[in-house]
Amino acid sequence: MDTSVFSLLKKPVIWVPLLILLFLPWTSTNIHFHHVLIMFMLFATLSQAWNLIGGFAGQVSFGHATFFGIGAYAALVLLKKYDLSPWVGMLIGGGVSVLVAVVIGYPVFKLKGHYFAISTFAVAEIVERLFNNWDYVEGAIGLPAPVLPEGLINFMWYKTKIPYFYIAFVLFVLVLLLAYKIDRSRMGFYFRAIKQSHEAAEGLGIDTTRYKLIAMVISAFLTAICGGFYAQYILYIDPPSVLSLDISIKMVLIAVLGGAGTIIGPILGAAILIPLSEYSRIFLGGTGKGVDLIVFGALILVISVFQPQGVAGFFKKAGK
Amino acid sequence: MEILRAENLTMKFGSLAAVDNVSLSVRQGEIIGLIGPNGAGKTTFFNCLTGYLAPQNGSIQFNGHPIDGLRPNRICKLGLARTFQIVQVFRDMTTWENVMLGAFCRTSDTRDAYRQALDTLKFTGLYEKRDALVGNLTIADHKRLEISKALATQPRLLMLDEAMAGLNATETNEAIELIKKIRGRGITLIVVEHVMEVIMSISERVVVFDSGKKIAEDVPDKIVKNPRVIEAYLGDYQKEASHA
Repeated sequence: MDTSVFSLLKKPVIWVPLLILLFLPWTSTNIHFHHVLIMFMLFATLSQAWNLIGGFAGQVSFGHATFFGIGAYAALVLLKKYDLSPWVGMLIGGGVSVLVAVVIGYPVFKLKGHYFAISTFAVAEIVERLFNNWDYVEGAIGLPAPVLPEGLINFMWYKTKIPYFYIAFVLFVLVLLLAYKIDRSRMGFYFRAIKQSHEAAEGLGIDTTRYKLIAMVISAFLTAICGGFYAQYILYIDPPSVLSLDISIKMVLIAVLGGAGTIIGPILGAAILIPLSEYSRIFLGGTGKGVDLIVFGALILVISVFQPQGVAGFFKKAGK
Repeated sequence: MEILRAENLTMKFGSLAAVDNVSLSVRQGEIIGLIGPNGAGKTTFFNCLTGYLAPQNGSIQFNGHPIDGLRPNRICKLGLARTFQIVQVFRDMTTWENVMLGAFCRTSDTRDAYRQALDTLKFTGLYEKRDALVGNLTIADHKRLEISKALATQPRLLMLDEAMAGLNATETNEAIELIKKIRGRGITLIVVEHVMEVIMSISERVVVFDSGKKIAEDVPDKIVKNPRVIEAYLGDYQKEASHA
């Protein structure tokens, strides 16, 4: 079997859409359209990151907003208070997220199934409350980015979204390739084994605790990087926008609708939910808040009845 | 040469001693049969040896290493593999993927593991069904796959927990052939089985459990004549008669 990451890029079903996506922003000058494309890639990447632990390894986390928030706060706090480049801040945020993932993961991985899911949810709620009351990061008021000259060094652009698009595109492709590589390697096999049975996995020499931690750490790092990107893109963050349950749930829903445990699932899920959510917000404004999630909830109901493997399951069927 | 030594193992669940002060020594290359009535503690004993349960008392040495207190994955890496009475196959995966998971125990290279998985499947006779989704296989194939997975981890000692339960006569004979082939590779075996004929035909030594205790250990010919074994399996005729 071919395990090189480039074998994925050789497949026309992969490189043709990627190429189209690459030039898509030039088909329109509409800034909302660019925003939707960026959010699509951001959430596809976030969901891909969640998918490593939640989909492949089957340890469903409802607390990934914590890592997203840490990444976002690390980038902006370090920029604002220490004049540190957002690029470095993003990486430091990733590092902090990894530490948090280990500290949380080690005890929480002793729990299985629902209990694991509930405890991740609880941890994320605690972290959001803490940030809400933490004066150093401006608590509930939120943290605006300082106004700095535009450009790659400061990771800031005001008049155009195109540079953000390409940064998101690179992130999106890199994480896609990484997920593909993991899927095809021993690690991916181990994750899938752990998902099905801890006992059987242990019996084949798989250190289940270690591999769950690895999945969590990679997932947390990538999620934090996305958080850093989000902070630099929106240029303002507060606990509800980066640490709330909404973010965690969105990551889970996208992966589950698209097909948890598949590489293509998070991309399909994001391609459905993000346009739905962004356009309902644009057209309906404040009155339409939550409409996207109502539609999305209905879609999930339909999918779980007819195709429990998510949208990706339909493609699998068609392929056979 | 001694490959496994368990001394004074005791595993209690509350006040029930499922394994009660059992010692066992296994030599390299032999097949040990482990029998006993339902609830005698055979599977519990297996779980203690392979790290799935932590016995309250006793020590286990495998290949010179103390292995009591180690997690199952460490014990497997040291070369002690097992199968489960209720098969623990990965149902959503194909046959080769299941066996490859075992092969990954010794290599991190996907190609190596894939090749080893196919070799193992040829050896166990599942090669033709390598691409089948495991959920669709028969019971006999599941049992065979369970052995294949464990074999792919390249064990020195393989413990089979009722690998033949639920098989018909033909399938049982095929399984016996497979066990003999495995021994032919120099792998030591401990076989738990309900079917007496099977145990008697393949084992060099038979260990009998009853109510958590080891009540006999001998060559098969002598075991079948051992009064304590007969009593454990059939009850004590004379006592029964006097009660009646």
